[in-house]
Formats: sequence, structure tokens, C-alpha cells
Amino acid sequence: MTLLYSIFVDPFVQMVQMPDLLAQTLWEGLVSGVLYALIALGFVLIFKASGVFNFAQGIMVVFSGLTLVGLYEKFAAAGFSGPLAAFTALALAVLVMLILAMVIERTVLRPLVNQPDIILFMATFGVTYLLIGFGEMVFGGDPKQMITDQLFLPRGAYDVAMLGGHVSFQKIDIAATVIASLMIAGLAIFFQKTRIGRALRAVADSHKAALSVGISLNQIWVIVWFAAGVVALVTGIMWGARSDVSFALQIVALKAFPVLILGGFTSVPGAIVGGLIIGIGEKLGEFYWGPLVGGGIESWLAYVIALLFLLYRPQGLFGDKIIERI
Amino acid sequence: MSLKHWAYALAAATVLSLPAIPAAQAEDSIYVPLFTYRTGPFAGSGTPIADGMHDYLTMLNERDGGIGGVKLVIEECETGYDTKKGLECYESVKPKHPVMVNPWSTGITLPLIPKAAVDKIPVLSMAYGLSASAKGDIFPWVFNPPATYWDGFTQILKYIAAQEGGGVEKLKGKKIGYIFLDASFGREPLPLIESLSKELGFEAKLYPVAAADMQNQSSQWLNVRRDRPDYMILYGWGALNSTAVKEAVKTNYPMEKFISIWWPSEDDARGGGDKATGFKTLNWHAVGANFPLIADIQKYVVDKGKSQVSSKDKVGQVLYNRGVYNSMLIAEAIRTAQKVSGHKVVTGEDVRRGLEDLNIDAARYKEMGLENFAGPVKLTCADHNGHFSTFIQRWDGKQYVKVSDYITPMTDKVEPLLEADAKAYAEKNAPWPKRTEPCDKAS
Repeated sequence: MTLLYSIFVDPFVQMVQMPDLLAQTLWEGLVSGVLYALIALGFVLIFKASGVFNFAQGIMVVFSGLTLVGLYEKFAAAGFSGPLAAFTALALAVLVMLILAMVIERTVLRPLVNQPDIILFMATFGVTYLLIGFGEMVFGGDPKQMITDQLFLPRGAYDVAMLGGHVSFQKIDIAATVIASLMIAGLAIFFQKTRIGRALRAVADSHKAALSVGISLNQIWVIVWFAAGVVALVTGIMWGARSDVSFALQIVALKAFPVLILGGFTSVPGAIVGGLIIGIGEKLGEFYWGPLVGGGIESWLAYVIALLFLLYRPQGLFGDKIIERI
Repeated sequence: MSLKHWAYALAAATVLSLPAIPAAQAEDSIYVPLFTYRTGPFAGSGTPIADGMHDYLTMLNERDGGIGGVKLVIEECETGYDTKKGLECYESVKPKHPVMVNPWSTGITLPLIPKAAVDKIPVLSMAYGLSASAKGDIFPWVFNPPATYWDGFTQILKYIAAQEGGGVEKLKGKKIGYIFLDASFGREPLPLIESLSKELGFEAKLYPVAAADMQNQSSQWLNVRRDRPDYMILYGWGALNSTAVKEAVKTNYPMEKFISIWWPSEDDARGGGDKATGFKTLNWHAVGANFPLIADIQKYVVDKGKSQVSSKDKVGQVLYNRGVYNSMLIAEAIRTAQKVSGHKVVTGEDVRRGLEDLNIDAARYKEMGLENFAGPVKLTCADHNGHFSTFIQRWDGKQYVKVSDYITPMTDKVEPLLEADAKAYAEKNAPWPKRTEPCDKAS
């Protein structure tokens, strides 16, 4: 009876009794969810355009963040520091992501075109370990502090007295939410309104049809991998500012998997909504129900949420409906 | 392919797969493998320790030509703090006759404990690993000086009690939070916490952090905000430490009441900004490079480009010096082994005796160029840990500063539990071999 009370009554009593903590939990979940959505977005972009499940998206988050901070450190060691150096490093990091996209297209995608999906998927494993080794060789394995001040990202928090207590909004979390939202909106406009965006959607619908109307697959792949690289860079900056830029971030990126299961591999809105459901769901679960089993349920709860959704919608929330002729 | 070609291919493969004849097998060298991790999620903690360990031993080779005139063959094996890779490292170094292994992971140490006696390779798990392996009569091949995780927990409790103005009776009614890496290392003190919380009357609140969520701890700290523990104790590693400090700052947790086991580095505290001032950790050795021995490391290793340190100011930082301390134990064990066995080129069996006879007193520290670097270490046949005192160091915004006297562990509480745990381990792993190794008179 006590157990049933702890599961079905007590958490809701706590929510009513301490609404400020409920608001704080929802806010933390929202911020995590937005960042998960950003990581998932990188996967979705590439999957839509090339049908490749890019296992390397997680390490791209780390690699891009390391490139930014590593370049800044090298500038600073040469006596060039401050905001100008930081933004120069940022521009160069974007350039590195473009070069990476071109190299991957030329050396991985183009030679493997028309190969089974599993071959391309395994190739992204190779890219992952190559980037890990290359990143460690160039920038070292030490965690690095994100250059928050130099990039004019805010520090500190707004403590707002509300709901009989207080809710703390970290300025960096607000910035992350705003920047991620702008980025998602920008990508949506890019896909819907621009010529390249329409070409990307055409490629996503059918490679052969797109080729037949003169769309260059190679060019589209470069653009998509570059876009995913920029998304990874933004994620690396935001998550790096909340903790550190280290290879441990690669593990956080795995949280995108349940988001993708939930939102579907081909849907941008799915990645966003999936990210929010997973982010908020896992925080609520860990906070209100985690203590019942000694805590630490967050790492697997996301997958449980995703699997529950899968039972009802195997294609995910916004994924294309699976119709097969038999 | 013809049969002949197959035969050639097989012969070639056999030749290629034969292990290279290691230098360690030569008569004039001692093979010391170092299990390190300069890559992966835990590299932040692993790299400075690896640098300190490697540089000390390299310095001995460069300055003294090794130990007792015998060169050391130093070889790193990258584990990535991954138990599976650690075991692969062990299997790869075993044929080269290492005189000891340093797993640098509780997860890697645990499966090596049963292997040590069989392979005759001592395991040195310095202040980590299985706490109960301090019992030399049950674990003759495992050593974990200078203190166990259980000792560390009681030392933090004693410090907390002192902050409350008295002895351990002051812990009664207190709420103490324990945030930890949800892995072998972090779970190690859980039996002790369960027992002591009942005996001393404090309430323990547990906040496990999975390795996948090391940089995503907001849920745990929301629970801290709800539970409002009087003190928080941290057993973290890698990115977990820096994120915990940042989250504590974010939650406005009073940093003076946030105390860690001995693993956080300067970078871990620095990441929390000015508000991280007051964060505390245990330690048992000095920080800084102002020691003749460390000056020799600078001169013979760092300045000659034989170190992997990313910058010279890393030398002397807390985890670098931790690595130096670890290699000092290795070197002193080899030196003692040479003395007690009469062999210049010692074996794992000799070094096991060397570890049991280890006796590093103040005079020896001075002789090594490490005067006042750390407290004395004396191990015995029965006690492979020593349960030595540690002190609290406080982050002042720039560096760690020692803020307490040496604190002894609650030996009266820990000892019976360790005894019981060691026996339980032997029963669980029956038939656990009875100790047959004789004790030297010195120990």
C-alpha cells in the first residue's frame, strides 16, 4: 500500500506542495530537451538527405567544440586573445566543419554510393573513431573550458520569486534555449523557402527523381553534412558552456537515440517535440520517482518513454507512416 | 590458394603474431607497465596522473640510470577507464613479466584481484579499488595504500563533526548527501555508509550519477535542493567532478559544506568560477612543484621534452603530484625488493615482498628530495593499506590550500567492517586460496 502511495500519490502531492520545484524541474527538462533536440536534429538532417544514420553526430559535437576552444587556446598562446580571437576561432571552426563535410562526402559517401545502408552506417562508425583519434591528437584529451565570456555568452542566473519559493533561470540556459530555437526556425525556413532547401527535400523524397531533374547529390550531401556540423558546433558551445568541452559529451549525445525513436528519423518537428518529451520526462521521472529506487533512473528512463511511444507509433511521432505492399 | 600458399600464409601469420621479445625479459631491466587513460570521458583525471607517474619513473632512468643500477622499462597501456580494455592491457603485459600493475580504475582492479595470486603479479591500487583488499592475510598480492575509500569517508565525517563543534556524536540528526559515480568506485563505500548512518544516527541521501549523465546532473541537484542536506560528499571522477562543482554553484549549495574524496583537480574547481571558492577535498600529499625531486623531474624530463605534459605549469598540480606519489610507491617497493631479495633484477614475487616491507619515513622522504611532501608509509604483512591520515584542502579560487590537521580514519568502525567484508569476499569466491606466502621479519 505504501509503495502504491509512493508511486501514484506522493509525487503529485509534492508537485502541489512545492510548485516552485515543479517549475524548476520543468525548466531544467525544457533546457535539456532543447539541447537533445539540437543533437537529434543533426541526425535527422543527414538521414533525410542521404539515408545514412550518422553515428558520428555525437563526436561531431565534441570535435567542433574542441576545435573552437583549441584554436582559441592556440591564438591566446600566440598573444591573440579576447572577443576578436574568439570569433575568429568560431569562423575557423565553421570552416573546419565545411572541410570535414567535403572530405566525408568525397572519401566516404561518394565511394559507397548505392551500397546497403548498413555499410554506410558502419562507415560512420569509422568516421567516429577517426575524429576521436584526430581530435585527441591535435587538441589533447583534457577537458577544456568553453570560452563563454569571449563569445559574449552570459553567466549567472535570474532568481525569480514565484509559486511560494524561487525558480532559478541560468542565463546560459536561457541563451541556449533562444539560440537553439532560432537555429531550428532558421533551418525550417531554409528547408521550406530556399532553392537549396527544396532540393534537399527532393533528395530526401527520392534520390533517383532528384538526380533526374538535375540536382547534384554530391553537392547536397556536402551542404547537409555541413549543416549538421554547424548544428553540432552550436550544441558543443551550449553544452560545453554548461559543463566542459570534453569527450564525455559524446556520451550525452547518445541521448539523441531515444529522441529519434520517439520523433522519427525523418522529421525535424519530431526531433524537437521528441527532445522536449524526453528532456522533461526524464527530469520529472528522476526527480519524483527516482528516489523510490535509489535514484539514477534517468539514463534508462528516456528509452522506456521512447519504447512506450513505439508500441503505439512504430514510425515515431512524426515519422513517415510505414506502408508496405504485400 | 594452394596448400603450399596456405602453409606460407600460416607460417607468416604465426611469426607476425608472436609477441615481440620485450626489453623487460633482458637481464638488465625491470618492466613497469602503467595502465593509463589519456583519452575518453575520464581523460581529464587520467592525463595528469599518467604524466606524474610516467615522468617520475623516467626521471629515475635519466638521473640515476634506473633503480639500483637497473633500468626501468616503462610502457603505458591506454585503458580509457574501460574495464574490458584494462583487462586486455593486463593480458598484453603479462607475458612480459611485469613487477606490478597499477590498474587506475576500481572496475579494472576488481577482476584482477583473483588473477594476482595466480600470475604472481602484485596489484597496486593506490587509494582506490576494493577497500577490504587492505587485509594482507586474505589478499597477499593486492596493496592499496595510503587509505581506503572507507577510510576517506570516515575522515570526511570526522571533519564534518569537527565543523559542527565536536566529535562524531554531532553527526546525529544530520542529513548527509552522497553524490557518486554509479560504478564500482562510487558504490564502494555504500555498505559503510549504510552501517555508519545507523550507528551514528545521520540520514544518508544517495545521489547516483550514471557515467552517461556525468555532464547532465541537473536532476541530482534538483533532489539536493529538495532534500537540503547539511553536507554533501562527492565521490566523482573525470567530468563528473567539474560538473558537480558547477551544479552545486548553480543550486547555490554552500560550497564550504561540499567535500570530496581525494580526486578533484584544480581545473574541476576552477570551472565553477568565483562561487566555487570554499569547495573542499581530501588529500594526503602536498601540491606545488617546490621540491628538489620535482625540480629534477623538470630538469631531466620536462625540459628535455621527454614528458607529455601539455604545459609546464601542470607540473605540481594536485593530480600530477598524485601520479608522482604513485610512482614513488612503485620505485620504493622495487628498491625495497632489491634489498630484501638480494636480486638486482627483481620479479613480481620480490616486489610483493618489497611492498609488504615498505617503510618510507621522514628521513627517506628527505633523502628522495620530497621532505614534507606526504606522511610516512609503512605497510606490513597483515596490513596492505596503512589507513593513514589525510587532511582537508580548500579551493581558494586559485589553488588548493590545506585547512585542517591530519585526520585519522575511524579505525574502530572501519576495521571490523573491513574484516567482515574481506571474509565475505573470500567466502563468495570460494575456494579462495589460503595465504601461503611467508612474511618477512621486517613486516
